[in-house]
Amino acid sequence: MAGRPEGGAKEREVGADGKERNATANGSLSLGTPASPGYAEGPLFRLDRPQATYSPKGSADAEKAALDQAMAAATDGLTELAAQMSGEAADMLEFQIAMLSDDALAAPALEAIAAGEPADMAWRMALDAEIAGYEASEDDYFRARAADLADIRDRVLRALSGEGEQAAPAGAILVGEDITPTRFLQTDWSAGGGIALAAGSAASHVAMLARGRGVPMAVGFGESLAGAGGFGLLDAEHGRLIVDADPVAAAAFHEAAAGFRRGREVARTYLAQPAATRDGTSIRVQVNIADPSDVETVDIGHCDGVGLMRTEFLFGKVLPDEGTQLAAYRKVLEWAGGKPVTIRTVDAGGDKPVPGFTVEETNPFLGLRGIRLSLARPEIFRVQIRALLRAAVHGNLKVMVPMVAVPGEYAAAAALFSDEAAMLAKAGVPHKMPPLGIMVEVPSVAVAPELFSDAAFFSIGSNDLTQYVLAAARDNGRVAALHDVGHPAVLRLIGNVAAFAREQKIPVSLCGDAGGDPAAIPALLAAGLRDLSAVPAQLAAAKAAIAAVEL
Amino acid sequence: MSNTAQTTVLITNEVGLHARPSVKFTKLAKTFAADVEVALAADGPWFDAKSIVKMMAAKAPKGTVLHLRARGETAAAAVAALAALVERNFDEDEAHARTA
Repeated sequence: MAGRPEGGAKEREVGADGKERNATANGSLSLGTPASPGYAEGPLFRLDRPQATYSPKGSADAEKAALDQAMAAATDGLTELAAQMSGEAADMLEFQIAMLSDDALAAPALEAIAAGEPADMAWRMALDAEIAGYEASEDDYFRARAADLADIRDRVLRALSGEGEQAAPAGAILVGEDITPTRFLQTDWSAGGGIALAAGSAASHVAMLARGRGVPMAVGFGESLAGAGGFGLLDAEHGRLIVDADPVAAAAFHEAAAGFRRGREVARTYLAQPAATRDGTSIRVQVNIADPSDVETVDIGHCDGVGLMRTEFLFGKVLPDEGTQLAAYRKVLEWAGGKPVTIRTVDAGGDKPVPGFTVEETNPFLGLRGIRLSLARPEIFRVQIRALLRAAVHGNLKVMVPMVAVPGEYAAAAALFSDEAAMLAKAGVPHKMPPLGIMVEVPSVAVAPELFSDAAFFSIGSNDLTQYVLAAARDNGRVAALHDVGHPAVLRLIGNVAAFAREQKIPVSLCGDAGGDPAAIPALLAAGLRDLSAVPAQLAAAKAAIAAVEL
Repeated sequence: MSNTAQTTVLITNEVGLHARPSVKFTKLAKTFAADVEVALAADGPWFDAKSIVKMMAAKAPKGTVLHLRARGETAAAAVAALAALVERNFDEDEAHARTA
């Protein structure tokens, strides 16, 4: 719900023709849903670029040469990209390169060319047939590879029509059906720019990345984006995209953008101050860290510690060894000085698959994820536990386990920590037992927190709690409007956890997106929370929002 | 070259012969001069073990018995090395085997 204005998607205006797009004399307006607040202006760059026309070469030999050349160009482009990537992204690219380098892929296309088809038609038919084979698979995993094949198909078609590898120009607004995390990561955002998607979701991983980096993004524009091109003004605070604006609309846009920036400036004045409500109740504000490099964007003096350090970044191409993990944890602990750093044990599964670790499931959000997966693969979990125990001597470490549903899971995790600590002690390795807490994100815990009074602390994961309470997947744009942390049922559960924790003197915080969402903060404080954790980009806005609250 | 070799191996890898295992498998197959073929049943159809397109198209899930056969120079070594890779789960869990 980060940055969503009141009403969210309900603000859409539907024109007389029933289409959510108002064409005016000098520009057109499309309406969507904000996913990462901010303003951007720049040329629209289509992610799903229509194919430029291909001119047939006249002879089968020339068509074959054109296809060979296009495939070589596509392979070169992929190779160049792969060199800058690591983890899953690099694996995906390596797979695409291997497919493209295999003569069997182009064989049907070459046959069609010999029979008189032009190269583009031949290639498209061959790949579409291949893709259909994957789409027909009963296995989710193989079905998902259809997207890789489509990527290969389009890359070669672009090369055939001479479009080559198109990088978005600096400051462009990326427009398309959806955007992959990889595409987001490989885009240079230093000159500004934004994202406007026909589909997409404010709760997707890309939206989270965009908020973390401060890249304006809006989603759910639907069909109104079809064919949009030109110069765009993206208001991702309200979810509006104006293309080729007339001077009046442009002036209004610039005024709103300036107002937004002023608001950010005002918020910034709160950044260095300890957070407190208008009536003087002090609130702890911590930061969420997804990668150790995130600490470079935060002044530790501006926050009360790390409320959530994710560890999924470590679990990429290969499972991380103990030394790699220890180094990453130690870096953040040392950066934080004596302030607490709450590291979450690996939360793989759900929408965060890890090759060689997670399993393919038809309903992964309700499957083997978080602590369930860690307990099912103790040989992997123990490596992380040892790294955490050893890291604990380098700072103020707290550890929490995700997706706990029943007390036995917490007990099993705690037993593994004790077991590994005993072994480290026997081996004479320096280590320390950190306080072990739990994420509150499964409704069973939020309804009956008294079952977990052993936990050293609670951290409310509002994204997952909301998705489970409202039965609305966070990565599904079609049910995005249901995914609302402000729903009374969610707030009541948060209040329940806060009240129990206060009574039992168990520290409680909240580390979901809502913790940095100015629109959600008043309700969270009213529910009894006094400790929030936000992504670095939202730290100032969160403090400013807290300062406006009267308790 | 009447040099031939044949074996079978069970795929125990969780997600079967998916993208990354196929990349590894075909890369290894290409290091041998021998012609190597793979099938999901003893009576075929057989397909080229050096073609990732063909390997992926087989869509072999966990629990599949993979039939391997090779002909030509280094046939025996090729079959042995490829079977070993499958038995090692394509080295997918190499990292934690090393550190656990």
